[in-house]
Amino acid sequence: MLSTLYAVLFYVATVVMIVGTGMKVFKYARTPAPLKIPVSPAPRTKRGVWFRMFKEVAFFQSLFKSNKWIWIFAVLFHAGMLLVLLRHFRYFTQPVWWWVELIQPIGVYASFAMLIGVGGLLIRRIVVPRIRYISDPSDYLMLILFLGITITGMGMKFVMPVDILAVKQFFLGLMRFQIHQLPADPAILIHLGLVAFLMIIFPISKLMHAPGVFFAPSRTQVDNAREFRHLSAWANQLPPLPEGIPEEGEG
Amino acid sequence: MAPNDMSAKITSNSIDDAFKIPQLECGAMADTNTFAAAPEHNEPLGFPGELIDNWQEVAIAKMGELAEKNRAFQVYLDACVKCGACTDKCHYFLGTSDPKNMPVARQDLLRSVYRRYYTFAGKYFPWLVGARDLTREVLDEWYTYYHQCSQCRRCSVACPYGIDTAEISMAAREILDTVGMGQKYCNEIITKLKKTGNNLGLNPKALRATLEDLEEDLEDETGIAVKLPLDVKGADILLITPSADFFAEPHIDGLLGYAKVFHAAGVSWTISSYASEAANFGMFIGSYENMREVSWRIRQAAKDLGVKRIVFGECGHAWRVGYSFLNTLAGPFDFLDQNYPIPQHIMEFTSDAIDDGILKIDKSRNDEFVMTYHDSCNVARGSAMGRKEGGQFDLPRKVLQAVCNHFHDMEQDTIRENTFCCGGGGGLLTDDLMDLRIKGAKPRMTALQQVTKDHGVTHMAAICAICKTQFSKVMPKYGYEMDDIMSVHQLVANAVILDGQETEEDDAPQAAATEEK
Repeated sequence: MLSTLYAVLFYVATVVMIVGTGMKVFKYARTPAPLKIPVSPAPRTKRGVWFRMFKEVAFFQSLFKSNKWIWIFAVLFHAGMLLVLLRHFRYFTQPVWWWVELIQPIGVYASFAMLIGVGGLLIRRIVVPRIRYISDPSDYLMLILFLGITITGMGMKFVMPVDILAVKQFFLGLMRFQIHQLPADPAILIHLGLVAFLMIIFPISKLMHAPGVFFAPSRTQVDNAREFRHLSAWANQLPPLPEGIPEEGEG
Repeated sequence: MAPNDMSAKITSNSIDDAFKIPQLECGAMADTNTFAAAPEHNEPLGFPGELIDNWQEVAIAKMGELAEKNRAFQVYLDACVKCGACTDKCHYFLGTSDPKNMPVARQDLLRSVYRRYYTFAGKYFPWLVGARDLTREVLDEWYTYYHQCSQCRRCSVACPYGIDTAEISMAAREILDTVGMGQKYCNEIITKLKKTGNNLGLNPKALRATLEDLEEDLEDETGIAVKLPLDVKGADILLITPSADFFAEPHIDGLLGYAKVFHAAGVSWTISSYASEAANFGMFIGSYENMREVSWRIRQAAKDLGVKRIVFGECGHAWRVGYSFLNTLAGPFDFLDQNYPIPQHIMEFTSDAIDDGILKIDKSRNDEFVMTYHDSCNVARGSAMGRKEGGQFDLPRKVLQAVCNHFHDMEQDTIRENTFCCGGGGGLLTDDLMDLRIKGAKPRMTALQQVTKDHGVTHMAAICAICKTQFSKVMPKYGYEMDDIMSVHQLVANAVILDGQETEEDDAPQAAATEEK
């Protein structure tokens, strides 16, 4: 019964996350940018823009320049999460891919980085008056959600191991549309429940910053307005303005 | 003011840290409101004269329309994670302590409403995501705080996603205009421009008289007939310059500088009375249509006069529109000479002239000035110059250092792409916002005081009409004289020696000799 419930939950969560995010991304991509608004100095070539975006996505370059504390916590959190996620591939692959085996030891400790990152961001949100001022309940809850996922995950790894082989069987089964028994251990149930919830709210929350960063014209546009005429479809449909100079203008 | 006086005046403990983050003072600027536009200034722009009855419905619909038509607006409203990296970057926040002047808080004034009507979370769980209904109070709050943003983009540089408050601010002003809540300063000026071709409302006759006076001044100074041509058909270059260059100080001295450079380069050029304005206030109010209409005049003037090139004078926001938008709004400029950038900035022209050795320069004529350079926000972060990335920072400095012996930059975090706005940009250069302007200038003024103390800097140069006007008004509040702000081309004008020009050095011995007799 519990296994069926979680199976359905994960199918729904996966569909919502992929379809919802896909629809949003499609909408971003379809929405025109009427003007060239790269924040300069900006690259003059497409290649330059790729490099700029790589630095932003891989190293959080702008954040590094603007706030070192947020940058440190954000990097610990995101890089930690990336490694932890990659490590999780071992629960979806049989045999486990070689590179997943390779990062296994780092992946385990990356959870500490993630914990420090989320914790740091949450503490800043509470103690720095400027950031507290701009925070809504959802901003705290989002961090608490990540904190819950991290702590339950670490608990299962370091404190109270669960029957991880059974969990793996459950997910391998889901991937083949079969429902296997999920261990009724509170830690894994909370962990998975929170993850499914996160996946479901992904497309309707600020987590959309992840795809959004690739659609911000201020960073992704090439600085070549003088060389190439940029014209959006709707601007092209505007009624033409009159040619020539009206008489009274000449005085 | 001599360098020594200034250093004596500013002691180390009297200079604030330019980045000192103030304690939050909620509502500190809530009562600072710019004058509302009268119906006769809203209607010519295509907006209702005054607040319409169904403003709520229209404003919400307009917000949705803008999200459909502008990717930046839509993505920026979604992507913010409230990390807080921008919170200490706005000069108006640093100067006023009002938390609603923190960039993200300013965006949230609108984002909260957008969420309420256009997002799942905001529709069903408004308390969770801070979503709120669009009420009259909210509308008034928009009017107040979106007119305390100079659209300088400093926050966008700080944002990990490049979220640009200027875009939100422009959208908010367009929504306000759409329901009949325009701002007097911007809308009156655009109305004037549509009538006369410039923001001042100077008619062609007055413009011609002004230019003739300036020609006389130039001839008195140099002994050479340097021309300031108006409406000359068949000239090579059409100069598009802010109308402040025709009457305000130190703007005029910059105009004389362009004239000398053009004269020395031996090119034929002209000003147009029909397009006698570089500034495009359509950008400030976020109106594509108005911005397009204003830009269109430049195209028509260029065609009518049969010029081959367009050169822009020193004007910050104008150069953003010129560099980044003109081709979009009024292009394609296939009838101009394609061997030159379209449009070109006067700084690019002068820089090339220096490289080509066309200008005869005596740097010592600027020896009384110890200079620094203020990067104007919209030039710095909304445009470029020259062939290399960052040319908008390097070219003006190169030109300055080619004409002055004494130059020192301000602190790195306050110049180039991190430059502070002068405090008067984006449609706020109006007396009814003087309090905001003085407070908003504080970070820039603090950085200036620092170089005055460290290097004896006496003067600051800028290439924006708004910066120049703003600084000449607010610098006296910070211990400087109003003429301590200069045009870059004013310094060029001082140092350039035209062929056949009588120089003081030549005069001096003769004069001395005469006196002895």
